[in-house]
Order: sequence, then structure tokens, then C-alpha cells
Amino acid sequence: MSEKRLVRVFLVDDHSMFRAGVRAELDTLTDDIEVVGEAGTVGEAVAGIGHLRPDVVLLDVHMPDGGGAEVLRQSRKAYPEVVFLALSVSDAAEDVIAVIRAGARGYVTKTISSQELVTAVLRVSEGDAVFSPRLAGFVLDAFADRPGAAPISDPELDLLTPRERDVLRLLARGYAYKEIASELFISVKTVETHVSSVLRKTQLSNRYELSRWASDRRLV
Amino acid sequence: MWRPAARVSILDVTAVLREQGADIERTVAGIERAAAAPEHPKVYRRRSGRAMAGVAGGLADHLGIPVLYTRVAFTLLAALGGAGVVAYGLLWIFVPQVSSDEPAREITGKERQQAFGLVALGLGLAIGAGTLAGTVNGWVAGSTSVALVGAALVWREADQGQRRRVRGAVLGGGGRSAIIRVLSGAALVAAGIIIFLISSIGLDQVQFALLAVVAALVGVAVITVPWWLRLVRDLGDERRARIRTEERAEIAAHLHDSVLQTLALIQKQADAPREVLRLARGQERQLRSWLYGPSGYGRGAADGAGLAGGLLAEALARAAGEVEDTFAIKVQHVAVGDCELDERLFAVVMAAREAMVNAAKHAGVAEVSVYAEVEPEKVTVFVRDRGKGFDPEAVPDDRHGLADSIRGRIERNGGEITLRTAPGDGTEVQLHMPRAKVTT
Repeated sequence: MSEKRLVRVFLVDDHSMFRAGVRAELDTLTDDIEVVGEAGTVGEAVAGIGHLRPDVVLLDVHMPDGGGAEVLRQSRKAYPEVVFLALSVSDAAEDVIAVIRAGARGYVTKTISSQELVTAVLRVSEGDAVFSPRLAGFVLDAFADRPGAAPISDPELDLLTPRERDVLRLLARGYAYKEIASELFISVKTVETHVSSVLRKTQLSNRYELSRWASDRRLV
Repeated sequence: MWRPAARVSILDVTAVLREQGADIERTVAGIERAAAAPEHPKVYRRRSGRAMAGVAGGLADHLGIPVLYTRVAFTLLAALGGAGVVAYGLLWIFVPQVSSDEPAREITGKERQQAFGLVALGLGLAIGAGTLAGTVNGWVAGSTSVALVGAALVWREADQGQRRRVRGAVLGGGGRSAIIRVLSGAALVAAGIIIFLISSIGLDQVQFALLAVVAALVGVAVITVPWWLRLVRDLGDERRARIRTEERAEIAAHLHDSVLQTLALIQKQADAPREVLRLARGQERQLRSWLYGPSGYGRGAADGAGLAGGLLAEALARAAGEVEDTFAIKVQHVAVGDCELDERLFAVVMAAREAMVNAAKHAGVAEVSVYAEVEPEKVTVFVRDRGKGFDPEAVPDDRHGLADSIRGRIERNGGEITLRTAPGDGTEVQLHMPRAKVTT
């Protein structure tokens, strides 16, 4: 662990103020992360990612010209090794789910504490998924079986296992991975596996397109 | 357009502000998009490189095939009882012309000749086939085609006039030649009607007079179609513009009342970080509920009437907001599912609020997590902190918060409460409440 590679981070946000803030925080808080570049537009971001090949891209959801989802569309195929972490203040479920489905490995809100942001960056750089409590809530909502929900066409993708549901619930309750692990008597690694599996289902399941859950919360 | 203020250097606030800026842009862009361009590419009639109204050309552009094919198709259809002519006329009326910003396309003299040839051929085929099949007699076919040619002349001129209007001229405005063309078109329509009437001279006087009136009305209607259409479109445009302005005014008013006021307050209190944080949080929450909340902006205005009434998730969010404001801590709240509040659920919200207050007061942490899940049979709410925790056995008897406000409330309403805590290990209050049977 001592020979830890520096995680190279690229910032994408259309507000230079915010980029400067994040850069300063990441620089002062940790030595494991190096901010290698930043971009303020979709075009700059795609070019910068292609040129610098960072490990992690911190991606703003809302930007002119299509926002984070557009950056993902344009650069994810070409550079599959680059990991994206969405960072936004948006609470709208459709925005959040859109970037996740476009390929982001996680979603955190901008009001996250700096230390948590560092943890999240390190975690996605190792290939894990990062679910904020809110995202966990959205995903639970999306997979809920309620009248009016989209039909299940592929049980493998359209349903969460009871265990995955438990993990998501605890995430939504604000539990950390370690706490979830001890609560469910499983290892942290297993928690990570469940979360990754939920992420995969969120990205591949077609229940999102079919249900209107994002725009109006369905009443139970 | 309101721009995010760059002067305030607190990260939280800028984040909220920039988000707000993006959302105005998104809202306005959304309105404009809804007004102007639907998701599917639209058919537009060609403005240049056309023989008559640009219908065939526009259709060819839309389908991505050479224009000759569509023209031949219209010509052949014209032979089938005039279907092609009718189709062309309808498309002419209902398909808007492409905007005049489009670059003009070059066409060769040969293509033009070919196009006019096809137009003549189509008309000939329509009349010929109609006469041969005996569905219409020669008189009717002849008069109709004369009237149609006249109508085509007038309509074509109206298309031209629409372009000129952009430059400031009103009706037509294309000088004498345009007036002559319109007049001759009208004359042709009139001539067609007269020929048609002459053919029916055998009828008695009353019938003839009736027919003449109807025919004249039809003639006027046909000639004035372009102006009616323009009227309708202009009305629509005007309405859209008005809605857009109103929308902008509403957003501006809201921003002024809320965000700008808060910013002013924050600038005044810049040396009191706790107060700044509280202001920023309160403003953020208000903005969020305005933008994304169930009764928020764009979903019909309905102001929250205190904690009672409305939906569970909203009430919890309000309770969390109040605790945030009062105790200057962060309450992370997540709700899965939602339902109408009734008496029992109101008790749950109040109990959850009390649990949050306890956590804020005693746990000594900066963040509390609240999670609510609505299931068909029950509602579960978790309020959790990672703070000091306590020993439930050691709580003095004179402390009523947990006993009365939480346990009492929940149990009176038929619910259950579970408490998980230990000194140094944080606290989690779990509230379970069965839901009243919904009679549907």
C-alpha cells in the first residue's frame, strides 16, 4: 500500500470558481490525488480527457451543450479506462440517473465534505461504485414494484435481489460501507460487489425508460 | 439574463447560484424548444429551387431522396382521381415554409423545365382521368382546374409575401407585379366558378342562386386560405412570446425575492461563518423545493401549509429544514416512495422531527441522516447520527423528549419504535407505522 500510485484527476465544471475551490481542497487535503487538468466546456473536456488520459474525471452534471452526460457519450467509448464521478447540486432524479446511465461510476452532491470527496475519488479510481444516500434512494425508487411501474422484461436486470435492496437501504440511511458490512454480517468486499451490481443494473435495465418515476414520484 | 454573482466566495452559495443559473437557461431553452422544434425533424417546404410551393422539394429533403421522385409520385397520384393534387394542396396548407435564413439552392434550367412539365402533366392526368372515368364531367373538371390554377397563383404570391413581411412590408408588398399576380389569380378562381355556374344554368332560379352563393363563398375561402393561416400562426407566435416573457418575469421576481436577498444578507454577515452557512442552507433548500419539489416550480403552484397536509416526503423535508435552520446542522434526508399524510403519518413526521432535534442537540455531530420508506402496508423512518450515543437506561426520568414526543406519539397511533444506541456508537431511531387501509 505504501507504493500507492497517484490518482490523476481531471475537473469538468463550467464555473472556474468551483474548479478552483475543488482543486485547492484536493491539493491541501491529500497527497494521493493530483489534479492534472480542468475544463469548462464539453468540447474542452473531451479534448482534455483524450489528451491527458486521467484516472478519474470529476464531472459536473449541468453544463451548456448537453452537460456531463454529453461528455460521457463522447469520451467513454474512446477511453474506457477513464472513470467518471458525477458531482452536482442537482436533486432531480432524472438528472442523476441520466449521468449514471451514461456511464458514471457514482454520484455525489457538491455539498459533500472535502474528506468524503477524497474518499469517493479514491474509491471510484479503484473501480468501485459510489452511491450517495440520495442516489441510493433514487435507485430504490426506480426499482420499486408499484402500480404503474414499468413491466419486468428481464428479471436478471430489472429486479434487485433482497440483499442488494438491503445494502441500498442502508446506504440511503447514511451508513458507510464498513457499517453496512457489520450490520449485514458480510465483508466490505461483498458490499462493494453488491453496489457494483446495482450500478450495472441501473445502467442496463430498461425500467427507467419505461417508467415515469423520475418526473412524478408515484404514490404507494 | 441573470448571471451568477461571482463576488461571494462561499463554495456552497456559488454552487447553489450556478445551479440556479443553469436552470433558468434550461427552463427557457426548454420553453423555446417546445415552442420551436419538436424532437423529430420537421418537414419544411422549400423556399428556393421550387416549381410551385416547394412541397415536393421539402418532402424529398425530409425523406432524403431526389426531388424528381417525389414530383413523379405526386404526378402519378394526380391521375388517381386527383389524389395527388389534393395531397399537394393539403401539404401546401399545413407544412410551413423553411425559414428565410436557409441558403438558397441553385437549380438548373433543365430541372426547372422538368418540374413545370410534371406539374402540367399532373394536372392533365388528373383532369383526363377524371373525365374518362366519368366521375366528373368536362365542365366541372375544366372549371375546377381553372379555379385551382388561380388559387395556386394567389397562394404562391402569399408565400412570397410572407418573406417580404419579414422585411417590414405588410400584405404582399411586392410591388405592382405582385398585385397583378394576385388579381389574376383571383380572376382565374372567379372564372372557374363562373364556368362551373354556366354549366348548371339548366337549374331553376332558386337553386342557381344558392349554388352561386355557395360557389362564391368557396372561392373567397380558397383565395384567403393563406391569410387565415398566417393569422392563426401569428396568434400562436404571439401567445408563445407572451408566455415566455411571463415565465422570465416570474423567475426574475422569485430570484429577486429569495436569492438576491439572501446574498445581500450573506455579504453583510461575511464574518459570521455559522450564520452564513445557515443562510446558505436555508436558501438552498428553498430553491430546491421551488425547482424540484412536488409542488414546486413548473408543477403548479401550491404553497406548503405548515407541516400538516400534503405528502409525506415533503413534510419530512420541511421538518428536516426546520431542524437545519434551528440548530445549524446538516440533515441529509432521503425518501423512497411517497403518500398522502394522514393523522398517523403526521405523528410519524412529528416524532421523526423530535428525533432529529434530539440528535442535533445531544449527539454533537454536524450531520444527521433521515431515511423514509413508504411501502404499501407500512411506513418506516430512520433517524440516525454518528454522535455520542447514550445509555437508554441512564436517561433521567425528567427528560421527556424520547419518552413522550417520540415513543408516546408513535405507540398511541399503533406504531412501533426501535432504538439502537450505545455510548460512543451513535444513535438510530427507527419508527414503524402501519398504513391505514386505502379504500379505492
